[in-house]
Amino acid sequence: MFDNFPLWPARASAGAANVDALYIFLVLLSAFMCAAIFTLILVFAVKYRRRAGVQAEQIEGSTALEITWSVIPMIIFMFIFAWGAAIYFQERTPPRGAAEVYVVAKQWMWKVQHEEGQREINELHVPVGRDVKLVMTSQDAIHSFFVPAFRIKQDVLPGRYTTAWFRATKPGTYQLFCAQYCGTSHSSMIGDIVVMEPAQYQAWLSGGPAVPLAESGQKLFSDMGCITCHRSDLQGRGPNLVGVFGKPVALEDGRSLTADENYIRQCILNSRGQVVKGFPAIMPVFQGLLSEEQVNALVAYIKSLGAPQPGQTTKTAAAVTPQEPKVQ
Amino acid sequence: MASAAIIPERENYLNQEYGIKSWLLTIDHKRIALLYLMSITFFFFIGGFFALLIRLELLTPAGDLVAADTYNKLFTMHGQVMIFFFLIPSIPAVLGNFLVPLMIGAKDLAFPRINLLSWYLYVIAGILYLHCILTGGVDTGWTFYTPFSTAFSNTKVIEAGLAIFVAGFSSILTGLNFVVTIHRMRAPGMTWSRLPLFIWAHYATSIIMLLGTPVLAITLVLVVLERTLHLGIFDPALGGDPLLFQHLFWFYSHPAVYIMILPSMGVVTEVVPCFSRKRVFGYKFVAMSSIMIAVFGFLVWAHHMFVAGISLYSALVFSLLSYLVAVPSAIKVFNWTATMYKGSITFSTPMLYAFGFIGLFTMGGLTGLFLSALGVDVHVHDTYFVIAHFHYIMVGGAVMGYMAGMHYWWPKISGRMYPESWGRLAALIVFLGFNLTFFPQFVLGYLGMPRRYWQYPPEFQVLHVLSTAGSTVLAVGYVLPMLYFLWSMRYGKIAPDNPWGASGLEWMTSSPPPTFNFEQTPVVTWEAYDYANIPAPEEVPIER
Amino acid sequence: MSASSDSPIAVESHSPALRHHFADMEQQKQAASLGMWLFLGTEIMFFGGMFCAYLIYRYWYFNEFAASSRTLDIWLGTINTAVLICSSLTVALAVRAAQTGKRKLTVILLLATLAFGLAFLGIKGVEWYNKFEEHHIPGASFHFEASVPQHPGVPINSQHAQIFFSLYFAMTGMHALHMIIGVGLFCVLTFYAWKGRYGPDYYTPLENAGLYWHFVDIVWIYLFPLLYLIDRKK
Repeated sequence: MFDNFPLWPARASAGAANVDALYIFLVLLSAFMCAAIFTLILVFAVKYRRRAGVQAEQIEGSTALEITWSVIPMIIFMFIFAWGAAIYFQERTPPRGAAEVYVVAKQWMWKVQHEEGQREINELHVPVGRDVKLVMTSQDAIHSFFVPAFRIKQDVLPGRYTTAWFRATKPGTYQLFCAQYCGTSHSSMIGDIVVMEPAQYQAWLSGGPAVPLAESGQKLFSDMGCITCHRSDLQGRGPNLVGVFGKPVALEDGRSLTADENYIRQCILNSRGQVVKGFPAIMPVFQGLLSEEQVNALVAYIKSLGAPQPGQTTKTAAAVTPQEPKVQ
Repeated sequence: MASAAIIPERENYLNQEYGIKSWLLTIDHKRIALLYLMSITFFFFIGGFFALLIRLELLTPAGDLVAADTYNKLFTMHGQVMIFFFLIPSIPAVLGNFLVPLMIGAKDLAFPRINLLSWYLYVIAGILYLHCILTGGVDTGWTFYTPFSTAFSNTKVIEAGLAIFVAGFSSILTGLNFVVTIHRMRAPGMTWSRLPLFIWAHYATSIIMLLGTPVLAITLVLVVLERTLHLGIFDPALGGDPLLFQHLFWFYSHPAVYIMILPSMGVVTEVVPCFSRKRVFGYKFVAMSSIMIAVFGFLVWAHHMFVAGISLYSALVFSLLSYLVAVPSAIKVFNWTATMYKGSITFSTPMLYAFGFIGLFTMGGLTGLFLSALGVDVHVHDTYFVIAHFHYIMVGGAVMGYMAGMHYWWPKISGRMYPESWGRLAALIVFLGFNLTFFPQFVLGYLGMPRRYWQYPPEFQVLHVLSTAGSTVLAVGYVLPMLYFLWSMRYGKIAPDNPWGASGLEWMTSSPPPTFNFEQTPVVTWEAYDYANIPAPEEVPIER
Repeated sequence: MSASSDSPIAVESHSPALRHHFADMEQQKQAASLGMWLFLGTEIMFFGGMFCAYLIYRYWYFNEFAASSRTLDIWLGTINTAVLICSSLTVALAVRAAQTGKRKLTVILLLATLAFGLAFLGIKGVEWYNKFEEHHIPGASFHFEASVPQHPGVPINSQHAQIFFSLYFAMTGMHALHMIIGVGLFCVLTFYAWKGRYGPDYYTPLENAGLYWHFVDIVWIYLFPLLYLIDRKK
């Protein structure tokens, strides 16, 4: 807004204005409250300064006042809470059909894998107007993906995926910061989000040879031998993975989990403890044998496997009540 | 030396016995308070020194003063020293130790030897931490987040963790002493509703110390075990969960901020009535608000984790609860303001600091509303906005309250008056320096400047320069009282028993008090803040 | 406005154990008691952190916890539980003996308490040694393979099992540390009891130390089923 003395970053995402609106409201509310209290104190300090012959008046209190100035703030606070919660709900609910970008954070860089196959380091190119969902994990310590211009921030954890989403609304280049202290070069772990017009973005996409992420995943699926057990017919020693993503899975020990990104990732790395019911526990442990990027490619591939065709049954779990995977 | 240094003839706790053994083996709560005063002041300047280096580095966008690793250690140790070795003990261990028995009419705390033990534990912790600083330091951030602290940091995490563990034990013993003393050793007639609100504040603080600190202790033990034995409770590579660490850590560290602010609020609640010559407005509500802050303070810890990966529903609950805990703090501010209404106000140094506290705490507290709002917190979490918020409360609030208390009770503690003009000047310098240092940081934070950054994009420089300029002014404001308090011990005007015409049992004994506090055990027959019946002093003593 | 009365202890004689900042022995006793109860409250919070971690991981990794729990020696654990309960009995009786002025009996019962305490520690040492032999100590040499209980052929996740053992050693280790402190404390108190320091007028240290001992016992009463008895049905 004020070009020389900006009070907020550029608004470059669909959600930015909402966040700023609440912020500005809070600034005004705070300014008003401060002005009110400071004025009162100033007035009292002057009006009731000690003067000869004038005694202070001993006032015990006023229950009515106490209740008033407890209840009114409470109501205002609840209003702020609701407003903030509404924005947060938006922030944490990626829209359906959002394009997915996999992000792997490591000390001290951001590695990005587009669905279309492009890989970037410390940069993320996106087209204006498209919903983008970031599926992120860390190779080492906790990092945090922070783009001030989009008003988004999400900690990136080792051992699981976390997600964030945005829809860029203004072409330009915007700062990316790591916002969770992660060691020596934490402050160098910065990058650029490059928002382009759709035509430019297409041009950028075709700028270099790139294998779509799901296709890399398919190749890996075959190279690592996954395909020998996870076949799409009924002969596999492992569950058929077609259509498994997002559905509930019944486990051998009686529990039921939803096959989200975290579940699939965990199965790939070490399926012990979450073996699917009806299958022998013979899946190798791949932890240490696959990089996070390779896991991302496999996850993207498995996600891309569509629902089963009519008439083709799968040896996956019968539908049970989905259970929330572990969330904190 | 000229005879300006007239030592009061009456025997008091300072002149009753001389010699280092009489100090190091004392069980007099007043002497122990002074032992604490020396040690926490020492650590305050260490922490302050780290802060100055940080601000100097941040004058320029490039990392050109110290290496990145050094910078990471500086902000870590600044935080840990200031929180664990200065703020948490400060008012309770100095003013609380000195005043709690006096205010309730007791001869000493319930467990004087445990009081001395708590100081020795603090000193041992301090030595351990100093050793940590001098042999390489620690760079995990004051929050010790895993898996960085358990698996990636190459610094003295274990030593720092153990030092803080021992300091925590010191804190627990202080809290335990206060609770038992307040319950069991009140003078005849000193009912709960006649207690000074300083006592209520320390009671609430002690509850938090007792219930919260042990959780930090076990968390640090687990971090140390994990780091040494590779256990895997918090490390995903070994099957553990880093968020479990954060929950356990913040379960203490959020209530810890109430440990740091409640005693300060207690001080302000003593100072404002005295210099308004009026009883506190709404005694019962102010007392209850301290207890409410202590209780609700335990229910909000995960508001530090809104973007950490907790579920959306957890976040909603913690945001809602965080707004609840803001209400009792607001009540206090309104009650202090109402206390001034129709009062007879004088502007002594303690009162100036109290004004500063009310103003800056209000600003800091209001910015807490920003952070509790989920949608806004996503943007400002882990930025300079948070840094500004907590410094407004901790420095603008807690430290100003501490300074108010030190000035207010200095005549009682030392038997001397500090020089009033210098006191007022220092208060003004602190207030101006503080705002210049920290207000720009709110703007910096919303613009996106992340925390714990050694280097930063050039567009943030102007605000950083303003902030650093402020910090030098602030430093001057803190050095001045050091100097004139020391000066006053030799050259200050001899203090009368009650220079401020204040209410409270501590003012009914000599300045300084005798070792056993009162010539005879007081019997209380009047309500607290009985300013209707206490004549105002002729004028606020001014010492040029 | 200020009224005052003579301090009650100003004149007549008092128990040698009365500390001078207290008005009388009753106040001193009540203060000491409240202090010990508050301290035990802090200990509950201290152990509570580990119990919290335990509860969370047990919920997530129940199978691994169950399989790991089965490798603990239920007999040694049961004996240890009985040992501790007996020691709580002897310490309570010791306090009673002091209250009724029986010095020799007090000393004997305190010695019995110490013996039980040391027995507990000894048995725990044996258990830990067994874990060492079986490579169940977390770290580089950890090795654990088992099936999900009631589902033979379904292996558990070894990493998750390591968490059980991490918590096992942390919790029983912290408990043992508290036992050792208790043993040290009671050595001192037994000596003083033998010297005749405690009697019907003054037995507060014994009572409060007894409270501490009971607390450490109660922690074990929780630890035993939580660690040893997960899903033991055949």
